Amino acid sequence: MLAAEALELSSGWFLENAWLTGLIPVIGFAIIIAFGKKLPMKGAEIGLASMAASLVIAVGAALQWVQRTDSAEGHSEEAFGLLRAFGRSLPSATEGEAEPFIPPVVKTWVWWQNSGLEFGIGSSIDGLAVLILALVAFIALLVQVFSIDYVRDDRRYTHFFAAITLFAGGMLIMVMAENMVQLILGWEIMGLTSFMLIGHWWEEEANSRAALKAFFTVRVGDVGLLVGTAIIFFGANQWAVDNLDSNGFNIAAIQAWALSGEANTQFLLWGAVALFIACIGKSGQFPLHTWLPDAMAGPTPVSSLLHSSTMVVAGVFLVARIYPVFWEGFNIGTGGLSFIAIIGSITIVIAALLAFVQDDIKKVLAYSTVSQLGYMMLGLGTGAWLPAVFHIFTHAFFKCALFLCAGSVAHSGSHHSFDMKKDMGGLRKKMPVTFWAWIISTLALTGVFPFAGFWSKDEIIDNVGANGYTFLQWVSLGGAALTAMYMTRATYLTFFGEPRGAAAGHGHDDAHAEEHEMEHISVGAPEPRSLSSAANTQHGGEGSASDEPHGGHGASAAVDGSDHHHDDHHGDHHGGPHESGKLILVPIVILVFFAIVAGFANPTPLASRFGEGVEVLKTYVEPRPTPVIIEEFLATGPGESVALTEASAVVAAESGEEGGKKAGCGFTAPEPGTACFFPGVSHAEPKFTKILLSLAVVAIGYALAIAFCVSFYGRRNPKLVGLTERNTVLRGGFLFLKNKYYLDALYENVIVRAIAHPIAKMAYWVNQNVLDATVNGVGIGTRKTGQWVYDNIDQKIVDGAVNGSGWAASEAGHAMQPTQSGKIGQYGALLFGAATVGAIVLVLVNVS
Amino acid sequence: MLAVNFLLLAAALFAIGVYGVIARRNAVMVLMSIELILNAVSLNLVAFALMTGAVDGQVFALYVIAIAAAEVGVGLAMVLMIYRNRKSIALDELSEMKG
Repeated sequence: MLAAEALELSSGWFLENAWLTGLIPVIGFAIIIAFGKKLPMKGAEIGLASMAASLVIAVGAALQWVQRTDSAEGHSEEAFGLLRAFGRSLPSATEGEAEPFIPPVVKTWVWWQNSGLEFGIGSSIDGLAVLILALVAFIALLVQVFSIDYVRDDRRYTHFFAAITLFAGGMLIMVMAENMVQLILGWEIMGLTSFMLIGHWWEEEANSRAALKAFFTVRVGDVGLLVGTAIIFFGANQWAVDNLDSNGFNIAAIQAWALSGEANTQFLLWGAVALFIACIGKSGQFPLHTWLPDAMAGPTPVSSLLHSSTMVVAGVFLVARIYPVFWEGFNIGTGGLSFIAIIGSITIVIAALLAFVQDDIKKVLAYSTVSQLGYMMLGLGTGAWLPAVFHIFTHAFFKCALFLCAGSVAHSGSHHSFDMKKDMGGLRKKMPVTFWAWIISTLALTGVFPFAGFWSKDEIIDNVGANGYTFLQWVSLGGAALTAMYMTRATYLTFFGEPRGAAAGHGHDDAHAEEHEMEHISVGAPEPRSLSSAANTQHGGEGSASDEPHGGHGASAAVDGSDHHHDDHHGDHHGGPHESGKLILVPIVILVFFAIVAGFANPTPLASRFGEGVEVLKTYVEPRPTPVIIEEFLATGPGESVALTEASAVVAAESGEEGGKKAGCGFTAPEPGTACFFPGVSHAEPKFTKILLSLAVVAIGYALAIAFCVSFYGRRNPKLVGLTERNTVLRGGFLFLKNKYYLDALYENVIVRAIAHPIAKMAYWVNQNVLDATVNGVGIGTRKTGQWVYDNIDQKIVDGAVNGSGWAASEAGHAMQPTQSGKIGQYGALLFGAATVGAIVLVLVNVS
Repeated sequence: MLAVNFLLLAAALFAIGVYGVIARRNAVMVLMSIELILNAVSLNLVAFALMTGAVDGQVFALYVIAIAAAEVGVGLAMVLMIYRNRKSIALDELSEMKG
């Protein structure tokens, strides 16, 4: 029944010890907290070193994973040499041969055991894990390099590096998680550290409010994570114990359970719903996306890291990690319109629309992230697993680059302001490197050929359509056009047109800067801002446009005299806008390089020409939907070289066509004694016309937006200026967007007020009348008891006993006094007499 | 039996020693009596070692002799000090420790 053939897979030191990538940042965090302030670079070097070490291990693991996968390929080539003779470029499905499933390298330690249930911590490394591990470590390293200069002289510089190191560590721990408990651990570490980092400048009330909002909004979703994990555990545990000698927290067991065909559909459905609610919270999906833009209150490096590779992609990663649960729970395989796809597509559109009315450059990018996360979720929700994961990968580079560009602009161009309308404009000449980095990243984000975003986003759109969701495909195409438009607007306002405010070289006095920062941070304040500011007339003449960007920091900080630093303030007075320093530009340039080339990690449209070999991610990251014999899977100890048996030589997956009922993993139950770990997702055949269509849509978006920007912002076309004030419909729409669909108002005024206030009142009543009464009653009772105890027990019994023993000792002493005669003879007689008595007793006892 | 004779001799020595300790007034005589008692014990140990054939008892006897030497050294030093202070070594006069 099974073509059993042993398969030797290679492993390696990096794969087995990939858990170090998570451990090193945590240790780094502890060292920075404990000794950071005494170190020469105030702890930054520890953060950088730990991220660099994690990166080395993650990259090593990635290379060894590639070797491991290739070692299986080599085997196939031997076994099917004849078939291979047709040439490598043929898709493997046509050869009638399924590529073997490559089991992850697992290394785990049990830290707690309870009634046969083992809780482990460790690493489970497969293609998805190594991809995200390397990505997170890489982005985090670059962001830390950027931060050295960006948050220099900050009051809590050391704490910043500690928190940002732990933040990356939390993501790494989550990514390598082998069971759900560890995943929750990493997830919560990120929740905590994001709170610390968003509220880094907590002296401003708005910042600490934003931090609290982020924490609590995510927490709403986190309830779903706990509930979902519990549901899945109760559904999967028995099956996992019976079949895999594992338990219901083990991720591999959950994957196998979901695809086993024996899983209870109710457990799957509600587990998937609950877990996806967690992802809505964490990944900023509608309707819990409101915390993400407010999270901009944190320092820019934090926004950058949070929005590119950690935190927000955690939700997407969770869906990708236990994809079989969602696949079966939401019937993605059979073309069901899933909850994930609906939420994802709503998010794409509403977030893109919100990006149009933001004046804060970071908030534009924040909504852009929300929208892109919507793409990832849409992809996952429609069966396009690989494109969604690919989009995580490419998005991280260009979104991180965009945020760092925004940081660079604020740092050196606009006097720490993020307001595009007030303090930017015309920076293209002054900051050429930042400008070109921004342009390339923008092109990558909007999906222009051949930049990174094109390959991944286009593939999501393509696959959504190919899987039968035509309407959602059009929604995502519309989203792509909107992306082009809002990014054009942001680009125009920042880099083109007339310089305004700080960008024009107008300095701010400190008082104004303070007020200004308050304004920029104040979340959700919808008051329209004037394009000019009164304080702009005050010229800050000092330090006129020095070429050396950070030359006078120390001295001017001393002159500044106040230790009250805001946002990105270092206490220095800039001259006019100028290009940022090397420590800021180098990370940006590296990221931009990847924003250009990252797409070639999986260029599906090129596969028909150059063979499947170019699809690196498809080969190495996507798990193969091939059943595995359970015995063989179990036999693999952690980190050992794995002997794997191909369970079934013929798997009719990978059809991608509509004809007939699909078979294989994810469609039919695996044969008894085998288990699937990944469903057979289909891949769209790239068509030239489709690519042209999406490029055309983006081009139209660009054309419209550029025309609008030039006439509206550039020439102040009277027909357009003030249109939102004159036209009622447009004004309504504008205000609706400006107020962010009134979701914040809904949450705070309706939900919080309706739910929290009565609860608070009831809790107060309970507090006053029940708890306080109880406490008081207990107090009075205790006092009375105490008095009684004092009178009776303490005074009479205890004291009596003490006095009595003293008296008895004294009397006994007096009675024995005569024996102490001082005569040695008498003492000797007593001694020997006692010894004699003792000897007699001893003899009697022993004899009888 | 031979060993019984040893034990009887030891018992006699012990009795004489006890008498000396209790009855004598001279401190030096008391110390000598203590030596008798110790030697009686040593004799017992050797006798038992003879009976069981083990060498332990003889080792203990050597040990007791060494301890006895030390004890006599300390005792004689005390007697000397008492004599220097009071010009007498009569023990029944030393009753300051009376309770």
